[in-house]
Amino acid sequence: MINIVEVAETNRMIDAAKLDVRTITMGISLLDCISDNLDTLCENIYRKITTKAKDLVKVGCDIEREFGVPVVNKRISVTPIALVGASACKSSEDFVRIIKVLDRCCKELGVNFLGGYSAIVAKGMTPAEEMLIRSLPQALSESDLVCASINVGSTKTGINMDAVRLCGEMVKATAQATAENDSLGCAKLVILCNAPDDNPFMAGAFHGVTEPDCVIHVGVSGPGVMARALEQARGADFETLAETIKKTAFKITRTGQLVAQEASARLGVPFGIIDLSLAPTAAVGDSVGEVLEVMGLDQVGAPGTTAALAMLNDQVKKGGIMACSSVGGLSGAFIPVSEDKHMIDAAAAGCLTIEKLEAMTCVCSVGLDMIAIPGETSAATIAGIIADEAAIGMVNQKTTAVRVIPVIGKTVGEVAEFGGLLGYAPIIPVNQTSCQDFVSRKGRIPAPIHSFKN
Amino acid sequence: MNKAVITVVGKDTVGIIARVCTYLSANNVNVLDISQTIIDGFFNMMMIVDYGNCSKEFSRIAGEMEQLGAEIGVDIRCQREEIFTKMHRL
Repeated sequence: MINIVEVAETNRMIDAAKLDVRTITMGISLLDCISDNLDTLCENIYRKITTKAKDLVKVGCDIEREFGVPVVNKRISVTPIALVGASACKSSEDFVRIIKVLDRCCKELGVNFLGGYSAIVAKGMTPAEEMLIRSLPQALSESDLVCASINVGSTKTGINMDAVRLCGEMVKATAQATAENDSLGCAKLVILCNAPDDNPFMAGAFHGVTEPDCVIHVGVSGPGVMARALEQARGADFETLAETIKKTAFKITRTGQLVAQEASARLGVPFGIIDLSLAPTAAVGDSVGEVLEVMGLDQVGAPGTTAALAMLNDQVKKGGIMACSSVGGLSGAFIPVSEDKHMIDAAAAGCLTIEKLEAMTCVCSVGLDMIAIPGETSAATIAGIIADEAAIGMVNQKTTAVRVIPVIGKTVGEVAEFGGLLGYAPIIPVNQTSCQDFVSRKGRIPAPIHSFKN
Repeated sequence: MNKAVITVVGKDTVGIIARVCTYLSANNVNVLDISQTIIDGFFNMMMIVDYGNCSKEFSRIAGEMEQLGAEIGVDIRCQREEIFTKMHRL
């Protein structure tokens, strides 16, 4: 039988170390909503989402109450809208109508975010996909809770540089369209390489076409729990450090697995995957940067940061994988600068630079995430940043992503405020040397040699 | 059998266990095990209970226990046992 020490440990994790389940995300296929009539399509989408997810928020709250562990977000991911709207949409404005329907669904259901205003264009763009990408500035400025993602490359296909260039322009245009809110629109837009079909985390969540009609994914969290556990291992050897990370990740993930099974059973929807991620928030004591510092860095960004993150990421996976039946999504440690107190401090102090962050993305689970850059950064430079990240993902057969916010009207040293989970970020310098001629080339960067595995 | 763990933390005072047990018996919740200790004058109690025969929904019990805690002036938390067994048992 469970004893008082174990009960106290779990409750201490929840109270003092901010253990929570970061998200229950319901993936909903919209393929059966497709119509060549935009009104019918919008009606079908509205009906399907509000039917499938009608109990999602209630179930999340019930689970939270019964187990005593916070379930922070209840979210939805849908089939990439570029596919769903391809037949009905004749212009970018038509796609904007769809995002407004998605936004309305979120608000009526009370979910925190919906992901899937997406296009998968790793090899090439259809006219509909290009229209969706071109709609992003208007779509993201005229909606609140819908996230957009564009997959511009993969290990199998190479990098679609036409899409990269266009995305650079759209990131900039989205920043301008939402300039009065510190370019907040860009916080809802991520450009990916090797995007997974089953990611429950925003902004990159979408419900891939490989998925069933409806599915429940759960994203765990717990950087605070990890930091508190590693404090007990200060000065210990690497073996002890690795063991401590694995054991802690196991405990965190078991909580996620339990919540996922409960949510799946109560909603009558199959369980998909657990995303084994350490996801920080800007709150004190909920920071991945802090975990790295407890491992022995004076401040995140110092030499040794990449090695510490590589070890953390790998041990989290090793500990978590045994704790759950199916792993997917991004799985690893997130390093979103504006959502992590210690990263914010390190970036403000000049210790954490965009170049170091890029190196860190080679070994962590996502990429350059929630980084505020000067508003005058050109679209070509943003495209260059996207291409660099996509190259890291393509060559290393992993997911990488870029979610940078060129904050219009602000420059290095100033702070962008996004609010809520999205936090705030000091604007950090970007190398402004031009890459215009490189990113202006048409076509694709070919897939790497090790992609030919058949 | 549906097990839950009730934890009570707060300043020690007369009748904490009595109040909690009265509530549980009124709701047909059976106490399986109690352990308690006082750390620095603070009352720490853990109960394992079976709520399988209780007619109320579990989330309601959890809410009412929390309320009872507020009345007594202690922190009462009622959680389903799986959160602990999943985390600490293979």
